[in-house]
Amino acid sequence: MAQVFAYLNHKNGVLEDAAMELINAAKAISSEPATAIVCGSGIDAVATAAAAIFPKVIKVDNAALDYPNAEVVRKALVNVIPAGSVVLFAHNTFSMDCAPGLSVKLNASFVADIVGIDGVDGSTLKVVRQEFGGVVSTHVGVDMSAGAVVAVRPGTFAPDESKAAGGAVTAADAGDLSAKRKFIEIVAPEAGDVDITKADILVSIGRGIEDEENIQLAMDLKEAIGNAAEVSCSRPIVDAKWLEASRQVGTSGCTVKPKVYMACGISGSFQHLGGIKGGLLIAINKNPNAPIFQVANVGIVANIVEFLPALTEKIEEMK
Amino acid sequence: MEILVCVKRVPDSAENEIVMNSAGNDIERDDLVYSVNEWDNYAVEEAIQIVEKVGGTVTVVTVGDADADEILRREMAMGAEKGLLLQDDAFEGSDCKGIATALKGAVEKGKYDLIFTGAQADEGAGAVGGMLAAMLDLPYASLVNKIELGDGKLTIGREIEGGNREMNEISMPCVLSIQTGINEPRYVGIRGIRKVSGVEIPVMSAGDLGVDAGSVGAAGAKVKKIDYFVPEKGEGAEMLEGSTEEIIDKLIEILKANGGL
Ligand SMILES: Cc1cc2nc3c(=O)[nH]c(=O)nc-3n(C[C@H](O)[C@H](O)[C@H](O)COP(=O)(O)OP(=O)(O)OC[C@H]3O[C@@H](n4cnc5c(N)ncnc54)[C@H](O)[C@@H]3O)c2cc1C
Ligand SMILES: Nc1ncnc2c1ncn2[C@@H]1O[C@H](COP(=O)(O)O)[C@@H](O)[C@H]1O
Repeated sequence: MAQVFAYLNHKNGVLEDAAMELINAAKAISSEPATAIVCGSGIDAVATAAAAIFPKVIKVDNAALDYPNAEVVRKALVNVIPAGSVVLFAHNTFSMDCAPGLSVKLNASFVADIVGIDGVDGSTLKVVRQEFGGVVSTHVGVDMSAGAVVAVRPGTFAPDESKAAGGAVTAADAGDLSAKRKFIEIVAPEAGDVDITKADILVSIGRGIEDEENIQLAMDLKEAIGNAAEVSCSRPIVDAKWLEASRQVGTSGCTVKPKVYMACGISGSFQHLGGIKGGLLIAINKNPNAPIFQVANVGIVANIVEFLPALTEKIEEMK
Repeated sequence: MEILVCVKRVPDSAENEIVMNSAGNDIERDDLVYSVNEWDNYAVEEAIQIVEKVGGTVTVVTVGDADADEILRREMAMGAEKGLLLQDDAFEGSDCKGIATALKGAVEKGKYDLIFTGAQADEGAGAVGGMLAAMLDLPYASLVNKIELGDGKLTIGREIEGGNREMNEISMPCVLSIQTGINEPRYVGIRGIRKVSGVEIPVMSAGDLGVDAGSVGAAGAKVKKIDYFVPEKGEGAEMLEGSTEEIIDKLIEILKANGGL
């Protein structure tokens, strides 16, 4: 049975939630104890936290790993991980940077963004993935005979809350960490004129709004609802420069927790949903099979270009 | 600056409703409208803007069948000077590594300062760029949403969580995966496409590329799709039904009950 390793993301001395979920992904692959890997500089506290979840922890402590530059981390991992292993990542912007190249260097198979593990059959790992932003699902067979690198979508497995692993930490040498890419700095997003995180009601629009001029329909609805409301959006609206970046909800935008989130013409990609942390989710979409209806509390099948003005009119009438 | 941009022909999910076929082994492909992977248009636009600034050539390359010719021409209509089609039965059924292996062959036949891919394509793998870079032993950065040219190197911004941007310095040649929003891809009209309709696009086979047919395609794939399926729906949403008026009345009740009005 292949040995399972899990690369754990951490920030400011704290393990990321998704890291704690990987132990349960590891258990779905092998009954052998999994090994966590933490890389960084001055990371004793993180390694100790990891040992509460994983039976074994490898700590790679090196000044060159102070910021997790994927090209540098990859070199450390190639040095530490034996051939034929299964390596787990949380699927995020770091894994997208590091994991595909790592799989090549380890000569292992690679599969990204899995949303389930359906068992192991000999040396084949059977995983569940989604395509087209969650519209269809697939079973995928991953040949683990020479090892595999697997990136698991956050939220797929429950985090280990028991923290009772009582694991042991061993230090490993990172080897040569020279790289042709140097980390400079993190630049925070510019503050916008609007703060969508403060709104009780978000009228959130996606690509289903179809045209730039239709943005006004959402603005009108927001005006009708009043002070507690604001207009937010999915990423394609920001990419098209129809609305400012500070209105984007999702993993690469804002995290919001309004009382009511009205997703209008938004399909429900995990990157978008990742920014919605609570409240009543109302989805309005013309496609009855849109993935968002699987997670919404209330669903309406409608063309938003017609529905939003009708709703606005009714709310105005009630005043 | 010689720039190679990898582009993929994908079903256009804005133009089609994507559904599973009755056999459950693929999506329903009859009558599908195909287009260029959304991310790749940003990659091509970025390459064109760089060449407009400092000179050079943009080449677009795809691994695909004869139908893929149309997307190469679309990107050439945007302003890519050359196209290159990697076509061979041996490539059929490739996993991401197989695609990267074919592209590696193409990269080695040329001399490029920069190689761009999209951040991800229809299957959401986001793998080909990183694999290609590792195979070529070139530095790589993913999700790039800002590029500043330097001398033999670039300063690049990577999109990370929460709207933050991770700034890096990277030496050339390198491979970058380009994220949406980095620019505004230019519009391509029918006239633009007509203009490039006569341009010859070289076709290269596995043999031409020096790629071992056993390392690509279904034969070389270690990651294989088994089937498509419709996941069991959870509770799902409470669907509001009736006339628009009835739906709106119900919705307003719900908004009121939840502090939304
Ligand atoms: C690294 C990374 C980070 C990302 N971060 C984010 C992020 O922070 N936020 C984010 O939103 N996305 C993010 N994305 C993009 C994400 O993957 C999706 O592409 C995006 O969320 C899709 O937006 P959408 O739902 O508006 O568009 P689509 O997926 O195109 O969906 C449009 C929906 O509108 C419906 N529709 C069309 N017309 C109408 C109509 N007239 N009336 C009603 N419904 C209609 C369609 O049925 C469809 O369901 C990220 C992607 C990557 C790779
Ligand atoms: N068949 C292909 N031909 C050329 N480039 C491809 C192909 N498949 C994927 N790519 C490139 O790799 C990027 C990411 O795709 P993927 O790794 O499949 O998500 C795409 O945006 C393309 O730039």
